[in-house]
Amino acid sequence: MSVAVTTSGAAPRTVWRRGILASRKGRWGFGILTGLALVAIFAPLLAPHDPNAIDATRILAPPDLAHPFGSDALGRDVLSRVIFAYRVSLGVAVGSTLLAFLVGVPLGLYAGYHGGWVDTAIMRPIDMVLALPAMLLAVALIAIIGPGSNISALAIAVIYMPILARVVRSSTLVVVSQTYVEAARARGTRSRTIITRHVLPNAIGPAIVQATILMGFALQIEAALSFLGLGAQPPTSSLGVMLADGRDVLTQAPWVEVFPGLAIAITVLAFNFFGDGLRSRLDPTGVTE
Amino acid sequence: MSPRARYVLRRLLLAIPVIIAMSIFVFLMIHLVPGDPVQTMLGFRATPENVSTVRAQLGLDRPLLAQYLTWAGGLLHGNFGQDFISHTPVSTLLAQRLPVTIELTLLSMTLAVLVGVPLGVRAAARPGAVRQATEGFVVAGIAITDFWLGIMLVLLFAGIWQVLPPSGYVPLLKDPVENLRYLTLPVLALAFGEAAYILRTTRGAMEEVLGTQYILFLRAKGIAERRIVYRHALRNAAPPIVTVIGIQFGVLLGGAIVIESLFALPGVGRLIVTSIQQRNYVVVQGGVLVVAVLFILVTLVTDLIVRWLDPRTEEGAAT
Amino acid sequence: MSDLLRLEHVDVGFAAEDGRVSAVSDVSLSVSEGEIFGLVGESGCGKTTLAMALMGLLPATAHVAGSVRFQGVELLGLPPEELRRLRGDRISMIFQDPMTSLDPTFPVGEQVAETITAHRDVDKARARERALELLGDVGIPEPDRRFGDAPHRLSGGMRQRVVIATALANEPALVLADEPTTALDVTIQAQVLDLLRELRTRLQTTIVLITHDLGVVAQICDRVGVMYAGQLVEVARVSEIFRSPRHPYTQALLAALPTQHQAPGSLRVIPGRVPNLADPPPGCRFSTRCPYVMDVCANVPPLAHETDEHLIACWLSEATKQAGQPDHAAAGGAA
Repeated sequence: MSVAVTTSGAAPRTVWRRGILASRKGRWGFGILTGLALVAIFAPLLAPHDPNAIDATRILAPPDLAHPFGSDALGRDVLSRVIFAYRVSLGVAVGSTLLAFLVGVPLGLYAGYHGGWVDTAIMRPIDMVLALPAMLLAVALIAIIGPGSNISALAIAVIYMPILARVVRSSTLVVVSQTYVEAARARGTRSRTIITRHVLPNAIGPAIVQATILMGFALQIEAALSFLGLGAQPPTSSLGVMLADGRDVLTQAPWVEVFPGLAIAITVLAFNFFGDGLRSRLDPTGVTE
Repeated sequence: MSPRARYVLRRLLLAIPVIIAMSIFVFLMIHLVPGDPVQTMLGFRATPENVSTVRAQLGLDRPLLAQYLTWAGGLLHGNFGQDFISHTPVSTLLAQRLPVTIELTLLSMTLAVLVGVPLGVRAAARPGAVRQATEGFVVAGIAITDFWLGIMLVLLFAGIWQVLPPSGYVPLLKDPVENLRYLTLPVLALAFGEAAYILRTTRGAMEEVLGTQYILFLRAKGIAERRIVYRHALRNAAPPIVTVIGIQFGVLLGGAIVIESLFALPGVGRLIVTSIQQRNYVVVQGGVLVVAVLFILVTLVTDLIVRWLDPRTEEGAAT
Repeated sequence: MSDLLRLEHVDVGFAAEDGRVSAVSDVSLSVSEGEIFGLVGESGCGKTTLAMALMGLLPATAHVAGSVRFQGVELLGLPPEELRRLRGDRISMIFQDPMTSLDPTFPVGEQVAETITAHRDVDKARARERALELLGDVGIPEPDRRFGDAPHRLSGGMRQRVVIATALANEPALVLADEPTTALDVTIQAQVLDLLRELRTRLQTTIVLITHDLGVVAQICDRVGVMYAGQLVEVARVSEIFRSPRHPYTQALLAALPTQHQAPGSLRVIPGRVPNLADPPPGCRFSTRCPYVMDVCANVPPLAHETDEHLIACWLSEATKQAGQPDHAAAGGAA
């Protein structure tokens, strides 16, 4: 595995202006994400109808002005349902990645900084987890603990933690080999200070980029788990659940299936673009996948 | 024995402790299940005596280590235990299901490579119209969820046009044509995303290589561009491309669970999921271990291919 | 007087985010058959860019104007396919860093052989024979053993010889050698220079040697051109240049060379900085640092003008002052 010179610990403002705002991709990504975040946060205000309101007169009704996304098998407004389901899905995606980040980054830092048996002790079990296909692992974990949104968030965090740990470890290895770290060590600075003051700011860039991109995919994994019935449980509805529901009425009312899927695709795209925008500033040499 | 053969042997030998560790890992994971498999199996009408009798019969009351050793010992003889619901040997189940998953994976990855690599090379070598088009493809392929795409394809090809079946499976040996018909939609759904990912990797690796000094020197020598791209650049760009293909192959082997469920394909992924729901732990153990081992082997083979491609590593230089 | 290569008013500019960078400005010179012409200047002065422009190897963002005639044929604007045919066959280029000039996955012998098969209609066996010959010519011991080696098995000096072998495979009329010895240590440098000299003697190859090292120039060049910030400031025979440099920049360069007579710790430097090539002064680009600068210098480019084989682009020169008119007298050296 080749590792090259890492980030320069770019200041947040530079990351902002030169990275995200500089590239068109970054701007679009950020814009869409902000929009989506607002939708998720202000769901109750934005949804035109009650997502759970059953209306027997509108069963499987096609899209029209009042119901731009149409209605489902129980006459419920699809748009409103998508908005609320989105909230759940996005929450799982963001939460799980954050958790993976909070656990994985320190582990990777430690392993990369100390090297030797510490590195092996930390990374071996992590590599073992990486050797298992992600979906399988998630399904197995949920089977052990039981289904639910929170559990699927936990499962996704377990899958992502090794990835983030590896990325951080790679960039840590590079940073540690730089002379300023050697100099700090020679001055007798305590390990902990070195790590927090010198290593962390410089090594964390790629991990942030990776996490951003992973968030988008977390949304897809959540959808897959919910689709299988292992994620959000009734009455909570996530995008994956809607995809499963939509399948039942596929030929009669395709809009029930189409719109949740589009919502997922747009979000993944936005996260990817945003991550790409960050990448130019935070990970110029490409340590991320 | 040549140094290369020695290296391969060494990697294979090193894989063994990894596989052993994996088996322990899988075993522990399964046995940390809260919830009693025997209880689930017998139903809630079972009395405590029934439960403990059956448990003793199945050897579930013995210490974990003993259970593990029995299981591991059995593995070495090809005995993966028995599905305790249907009493079919797990090895039989796996033998039935693996070919389906492998066929699905092989077809999907082949299609993805055949589409992704050439387009990626073109996009890198000739920026312009090709690049714009591939950019859109990459973006769509990565963002669109594979099983949603599968559903959309079903809507189109099975629902509206009715030219392909929406689900089901016919074994290859029984009827190759039907087999392919049933696999068309799932393969397309999987290949789309994989092709996009491979395209992106190829394009990136090629772009990097095409910017190097030695490529410039080849141009200075007056070598034809075509030869530069295919004989020189591609060879140098191959390692990351092959690595990604290998990884994705492994991922598909164990992770096409949703597609298998969606299209009712009797593959290993689906077997494992249903067994988990049934608390049929013996099947889960065997299935997960087999998938994990296959994954490890695929990674190993990929690594070896990558090493073979780059003469620099022959001397034992750091990879 | 046979000019193998003749440049007239060559300009190279690059389109950049914030405007246009002028890397080479109004360079005119000519090189005769069989001579070793040195092109000297500090890093970033445009010498490599000029060579790349000749070869047609600049990226699409580059804009080249002017005229480059090689054996009477105009190179700029030549269709890419025809240019490709010339490269490696009649004009070759050697790059600076031998460590990165060779394809790491290809055997070195093959890399020589493919230059041959790209331009000559011979079969692989013949090409291999010829490649082995060439490897021997450049001084690689046991060529048949080394033929199948990957580049990383060879030392820097060896690799540079392989590079030279590929450049010479088709006996080109012109070789552009860009800092061929910079990345090598001194002993190898001497060997490579000897090799180049021998080539000129044996094959009448014309060599344009690009370097920032005046020592190398002194060793093997016949004539030398000095560049600064994209402009050609002086051209003369090597002996002439070292004996009586006329342009202030050349004078400063030579003065900056450390000698034994200097007091320790007192390296002479040229004060000031290279101008920003995105916004250079319209006249002489050295004007901002020149100790003899006059008003006219920054505003009007001094016309290069020949005074007995010595070309100088400076308002200080009598000839330039006399000329003062845009009659575009491009300089040439007597063979």
